[in-house]
Amino acid sequence: MKVLHWFAGICLLGTLGVAQAEARPDPDLARNLAATCANCHGTNGRAVQGAGNEELAGVPKDKLLQKLRDFRSGAKPATIMHQISKGYTEAQLELVAAYFAAQK
Amino acid sequence: MLNRRDFLKTAGLAAGTLALPGLTGCAMGSRPRGHVVVVGGGYGGATVAKYLRMWSDMGVDVTLVERNPQFISCPISNLVIGGDKTMADITMGYDGLRNTWGVKLLQDTVVGLDAGARKLTLASGGVLGYDRLVLSPGIEFMFDQTPGLETEDARRTVLHAWKAGEQTVALRKQLEDMKDGGVYALAIPKAPYRCPPGPYERACLVANYFKKAKPKSKVLVLDANEEITSKKALFTKAFEKYAGILEYRSNSELREVDAAGRTAILEFDKVKADVLNVVPPQRAGDIAARSGLKLINNRWVDIDWLSYESVNTPGVHVLGDAIFPAPTMPKSGHMANQHAKVAAAAILRLLAGEAPNPTPVVMNTCYSFVDSKNVIHVASVHQYDAAKKVVLPVPGAGGVSMAANELEGKFALAWAKNIWADMLV
Ligand SMILES: Cc1cc2nc3c(=O)[nH]c(=O)nc-3n(C[C@H](O)[C@H](O)[C@H](O)COP(=O)(O)OP(=O)(O)OC[C@H]3O[C@@H](n4cnc5c(N)ncnc54)[C@H](O)[C@@H]3O)c2cc1C
Repeated sequence: MKVLHWFAGICLLGTLGVAQAEARPDPDLARNLAATCANCHGTNGRAVQGAGNEELAGVPKDKLLQKLRDFRSGAKPATIMHQISKGYTEAQLELVAAYFAAQK
Repeated sequence: MLNRRDFLKTAGLAAGTLALPGLTGCAMGSRPRGHVVVVGGGYGGATVAKYLRMWSDMGVDVTLVERNPQFISCPISNLVIGGDKTMADITMGYDGLRNTWGVKLLQDTVVGLDAGARKLTLASGGVLGYDRLVLSPGIEFMFDQTPGLETEDARRTVLHAWKAGEQTVALRKQLEDMKDGGVYALAIPKAPYRCPPGPYERACLVANYFKKAKPKSKVLVLDANEEITSKKALFTKAFEKYAGILEYRSNSELREVDAAGRTAILEFDKVKADVLNVVPPQRAGDIAARSGLKLINNRWVDIDWLSYESVNTPGVHVLGDAIFPAPTMPKSGHMANQHAKVAAAAILRLLAGEAPNPTPVVMNTCYSFVDSKNVIHVASVHQYDAAKKVVLPVPGAGGVSMAANELEGKFALAWAKNIWADMLV
């Protein structure tokens, strides 16, 4: 057990070293951003059937992105999405739309 | 600071040496491996357990320690207190986490943490080791701040119902048993506390119940704050609808409770009620507050906003109500779920020897019922500010409802179903 602890200590320091190094672009950025939508729209955009919120999984990217842009500009009226969509950058909305489009 | 490779060289180890069974938590490369223990199966803990399994393609082992046999939701529990929903509507099992996601569940209470040795002590006597630990224990009440509520007896008479469960049932029963013409008084602590709009929602739903079933009764809101702390204009409107039933008093901090007399003692006043409901001041749950993790104001855990790791205790991540919130960030179940996803992503990166995502985003939506059907929301989006090293609300984004409405009543229930599934199914 002692030896294992010693190894674990090395492991910890090593991890911290990497954590403090310059961050590379995160390949999971789209996944992480899309996960912020799941509270209302379901894990990976698969909404609970019959619950009453829109399903986002499999919606074509252009369609979803246009909708988000319309929420943001106010062209499409909403109860809440006009306020939420304004919190994300255009680039982030693109990542989110592409992620949901890719969910089968 | 040595980088990882240099450090390993200095230590006379090749990176490959680390690929030993049991040490895989720090393996280099893209496949995260290791054992993560999660304490608390509420909004933060259940979510992080599921997402760690899902996002590692079941590669990371996850053990969830929760003292209760089932999950009982605080959101929607005010509808149970108001008589619109039942306990069955807000109670769910952990089978989805166990069977679909392969999370190992332990029904137990964590009573000790040795972060140096990476070990937890369980109330049952067991010891549990981990590579990384997540604490999402929610809140503990500071009963010592409310003289008169120190004893169990007093707390059986004067309820909080601010953790859903038997207290929710008991408060509903007190309201049902109360004679028509009685007074229900609700004391709200100074912010920050769990769920800023929650007390005002409760006041509305009890008034809504009285209006239908006990029209001569009164709701008295004793708020320690200077004003309504969330959705002020909308709750003020809602309170006007209950004129004659509901009275709101600001700057009314509770000093003491006479539990037997069901009396709230304020600085200049004493209020006798038939049902006295006191939400006491709060701090992080014991396991987070009493284990040497750095706290702010001696109440909430200080964390790194990229990883949710304690600033002074490596390997220990803290989520949900237990953390010191970023500016304008509420203590909500929605937010705890969002913390959990940022933390899950960061933990998997750290276990794979990578830095956490440098641009995390979290957002919040809190729906509140003002009667059985009509709902108001508050929403916000928070992006990481690299200079300030904290997530900050995006100016111009977020906001509140135009007015209470039935459509958002439907969305509020849909929110509950989806977030419960996002944590547990
Ligand atoms: C009346 C009311 C209404 C609310 N309405 C809303 C709403 O509409 N929307 C919203 O977003 N939020 C709402 N909230 C807030 C929400 O409930 C909390 O913010 C949320 O529960 C916080 O999640 P958490 O994971 O930090 O803690 P919790 O969900 O409380 O989970 C903590 C868990 O940890 C367990 N635990 C603690 N210590 C240990 C230990 N040592 N060992 C083992 N297990 C342990 C507990 O048993 C518990 O299950 C409401 C709260 C209340 C009281």
